[in-house]
Amino acid sequence: MEPVNITEKVKEIFPEEVLDVREFRGQVSVTLRKNRIRDISRFLHDDPDLYFDYLVDVCGVDYLGRKEKRFEVVYHLYSIKHRHAIRLKAEVSADDPSLDSVTPVWIGANWHEREVFDLYGIKFNGHPDLRRILMPEDWEGYPLRKDYPLKGPAKEWRGFEDVLERSKRFRDYEWHG
Amino acid sequence: MEDIEKPFETKELTISMGPQHPATHGVLRLVLNLQGENVTKCTPYVGYLHRGIEKLGENRTYFSALPLSDRLDYISSMNNNVGYVNAVEKLFGIEAPERAKFIRTMVAEMGRISSHIIWLGTHVLDIGATTPFLYAFREREVIMDLFEMLCGARLTVSYPRVGGVRNDISQEFLDRLYEFVLDFPSKMDDYETLVTENRVWKDRTVGIGVISAEEAINWGLTGGMLRGSGVDYDVRKYAPYDAYDKVEFDIPVGKKGDCYDRYLVRMGEMRQANRIIKQCIEQLPAGPVMADAPKFTLPPKDLVLKDMEHLIHQFILITKGPTVQEGEVYMGTEVPKGELGFYFVSDGTGKPYRMRVRAPSYVHASVLPRLCEGGLIADVIANIGTIDIVLGECDR
Repeated sequence: MEPVNITEKVKEIFPEEVLDVREFRGQVSVTLRKNRIRDISRFLHDDPDLYFDYLVDVCGVDYLGRKEKRFEVVYHLYSIKHRHAIRLKAEVSADDPSLDSVTPVWIGANWHEREVFDLYGIKFNGHPDLRRILMPEDWEGYPLRKDYPLKGPAKEWRGFEDVLERSKRFRDYEWHG
Repeated sequence: MEDIEKPFETKELTISMGPQHPATHGVLRLVLNLQGENVTKCTPYVGYLHRGIEKLGENRTYFSALPLSDRLDYISSMNNNVGYVNAVEKLFGIEAPERAKFIRTMVAEMGRISSHIIWLGTHVLDIGATTPFLYAFREREVIMDLFEMLCGARLTVSYPRVGGVRNDISQEFLDRLYEFVLDFPSKMDDYETLVTENRVWKDRTVGIGVISAEEAINWGLTGGMLRGSGVDYDVRKYAPYDAYDKVEFDIPVGKKGDCYDRYLVRMGEMRQANRIIKQCIEQLPAGPVMADAPKFTLPPKDLVLKDMEHLIHQFILITKGPTVQEGEVYMGTEVPKGELGFYFVSDGTGKPYRMRVRAPSYVHASVLPRLCEGGLIADVIANIGTIDIVLGECDR
């Protein structure tokens, strides 16, 4: 199905939810309200004409100071059966950075959503195991946010200090063989 | 005697496998809950190799972020480069010339063979066969030498560039590659003689880590992991890029979706890759290797050194980056591990506002608990081998 027809179908069923449709280089992105993202995903997954069975990717984008709602969670969908693709973007505000998890629809969203939580601090309601994944569990801050310093926080991570301390101790270690 | 009649009771044992463990292919850590030999729970921990490549990419121009893609999956850097430049070209709206496309297809397939060879060697080594590992690295060495001849680097090549490739290839290179291509099927026969019908190999892989087609799609698996389950999804066929629509090749698919089928699929892929390289050499068109799009591609180096205008042009492109239309683009390419996707959000400046890497190894690592739980601890090793992950790409 052509991307235009897909967006029209989504608009027809969820008229309240679709905020904006844009096309660039032949790829269509649909901006949505975050509230019913799981219903929309379920519909896109189950509808026999659309049948988006393959969730390619989930990622966050931080539009600090550029857009009214600070974050966007971007879903790339593909249908292996019908060979068409679409991009969904759910707007998430900085005051309430949370939205529904789509893991009940695509189980593969699990780690992608954990990563978005880890690097952007966006919470996914109903996620089975929402923990940090790439950063250490006791890390402070969300590194991919635009206001996070590029060279890292001024204070070293506690775990790293431990490692330095230990390496100093081991350097003085004398081998009695 | 009555004691023996009673079933043997074991306490649940939790062990941490990795991050330093030879069979985890890098710094993957698994926490395994064991009941005797049976794995009741498997929790992967990744992130030990996290370098913030996405954050770094957002702070570099499109040209200078290219070497970062080398460091994703460092054993098939050529494929990552091809994926990166294709995505950037799509964003810029330019196209590489025909010759460059063929060259890129050719080197990407060389990268595929070299990556699959490492997978084969280490996977069978984990399960206990030493010989194929040694043979496999012999062939990989030939490809590495060819890469060195091509661009001077063996591992982190950065040979494909936005708009084409860095330099044209020499006749000597083509001759040596053609020699390799003619020779390689016999090498494949050697591996298959050693492994395919091997009793121990089949005992360790047939029926292990089974995943059905629907489930594999739902997990987002791609590459050999998906095709092993019988789905013929391959980006090279579904959305052809470079010269893949001009060469003939088949997509090997499995039936049962176990480790053995995935092995057969990847072995088939190596033969197909060899076929693609052969066709590329035979059909290689003449012409330039860099697109004629001065706003988006770096000027040739010899002109930069001679000519003031080109020097200024290069200076502007390197320091400020090109002026790109606002918009966003996702482009997936088929790398040896699966679908590697780049998602760029451009805000009109020379640097990407957001660079997202959709890494296949990350998705494949997430399926490990599904494959390992309920199996034996020895099968964990077979499953880690079969998902074919590189932690550099997984952690980014």
